[in-house]
Amino acid sequence: MNIEIKGLRFTYPTGLEALKGINLTIQSGEQVAIVGQNGAGKTTLVRHFNGLLKPTSGSIFIGDWETTQFSVAKLASRVGYVFQNPDDQLFSRDVLSEITFGPRNLGYAKEKVDELVQRALTLTELSDKTETNPYDLSPTWRKMIALASIIAMDTPIVIFDEPTTGQDAVNVARIANVIAELKREGKTVITITHDIDFCAENFERVIALSNGQVLLDGPAREVLGQEEILAQTYVDPPQLTRLGKRLGLKETVTRQEEFLQALK
Amino acid sequence: MAFINLTNLTYKYPLTETPVLQNINLQINEGEFVAVVGPNGAGKSTLCYTLAGFVPHFFKGELTGSVEVAGASLLESTLDEWVLNVGLAFQNPFNQISGAKYSVFEEIAFGLENIGIPREEIKVRVEEAMVRTGIRELADRSPYSLSGGQQQRVALTSILVMKPKLLVLDEPTSQMDPIGTREVFGVIRKMAEEGMTVVLVEHKVEWIANFADRVVALKGGEILLEGKPNEVLTSELLSENGFGISRYTSAAREAQKRGLWKKKQLPVTLDEAVEGFKS
Repeated sequence: MNIEIKGLRFTYPTGLEALKGINLTIQSGEQVAIVGQNGAGKTTLVRHFNGLLKPTSGSIFIGDWETTQFSVAKLASRVGYVFQNPDDQLFSRDVLSEITFGPRNLGYAKEKVDELVQRALTLTELSDKTETNPYDLSPTWRKMIALASIIAMDTPIVIFDEPTTGQDAVNVARIANVIAELKREGKTVITITHDIDFCAENFERVIALSNGQVLLDGPAREVLGQEEILAQTYVDPPQLTRLGKRLGLKETVTRQEEFLQALK
Repeated sequence: MAFINLTNLTYKYPLTETPVLQNINLQINEGEFVAVVGPNGAGKSTLCYTLAGFVPHFFKGELTGSVEVAGASLLESTLDEWVLNVGLAFQNPFNQISGAKYSVFEEIAFGLENIGIPREEIKVRVEEAMVRTGIRELADRSPYSLSGGQQQRVALTSILVMKPKLLVLDEPTSQMDPIGTREVFGVIRKMAEEGMTVVLVEHKVEWIANFADRVVALKGGEILLEGKPNEVLTSELLSENGFGISRYTSAAREAQKRGLWKKKQLPVTLDEAVEGFKS
């Protein structure tokens, strides 16, 4: 299920023009990272994918659905959106009902709901916390609950808004696992992130936004090597990319093994 | 005598069995910039709450041992007295923004109004603090209309404007882009050089190594390691215990095994890595 964005512009009621003509196609099954400075329009853009925001002009198609023609509730069957702050999203008394809410609401049969919930619990390692109140858990675990509750909806497109913020190394690895699993299942994963090393290690395509426009778009290695252009939107290349450049390596490297191979 | 003295500090939240902080002994000097690292659940935020007096005065629970800041004892002080010395920026800026103010300017002035600073002085101090943290152009915006990274800057500014002797920061740059992070670290470093003592919880180890004087590694409520940033952050104990480490450190460690890194000391920062790989 492709995402087609044509001439998208968006102005907030305050008069702030956050998106100034975005054209993008995201193919079914792609793993895309969106990067860019605070206020570049990243969150504004992805909130158009599930209809939370409607374009001021231009259009967005999710498969054959134009977002303006469908309610947020309807679009939720195609696009899952994990909020930046889990507290904007969680409302149930216990972890199990939180995660069950989404798939049940989409009207799946009970067996399918149970299966999806179990899979989400296993992937996020929450199986031993089903009876706990989300607000009795740390922000780290609340983030995993927010993630699980969206994955359980089994949507073809999943959006993560800053999934690694405030997460330790173990949890970042857990989130990377979830993304890899969604990829195996053929889902489209779109992630907003400031964690450029995480971006380099987990995404094939990178879109850099700046001031409401697409600054760069392409394979991760190509985009992340453009140090000077990325600087316009306050993005530093990954640590090993910068190191490779400073050492005068010919190829742009983004991951450890590439770096070590290039060093020889 | 040290500016901060934690002696055999152990703390349990109410209705819990396991202490979140266990037998912490730590001295921090005035003007020192100390970074605290650790996996989620290590007790980092609880340590921040303790230094800020919210533990035990607000959260209650059971605290044993002693906590002294600027010569005052936490258990013998009230929260009102304590907060005059200590400013805390929360992990989630949303929890800190008062909700009572319409503009960023008023939000930052809020704390000063509360302690009865004259109007003219408030204006000057708020201006000065906003310029310092680079948010002058946000002065008239509503705090709620800002991005996560911008809100974090506002939260930090509203603490700095109070000129606390001790600044406690719980992941103050978690939602910021790298330029924002660099600027904020620069501001914090400068505050430390001007004599403010800083305790900072942070996952971004490269920045810590570039800016902090000392690193404390917490795990399971206990101090696992403490010392100079490079020594602590390159210790093998950290990777074994689920701490985040710099990509430079992990690449150099692997390179060392393959004979591509000759030095004994591993790098944390870009400059250290460049220097080591060139030699």
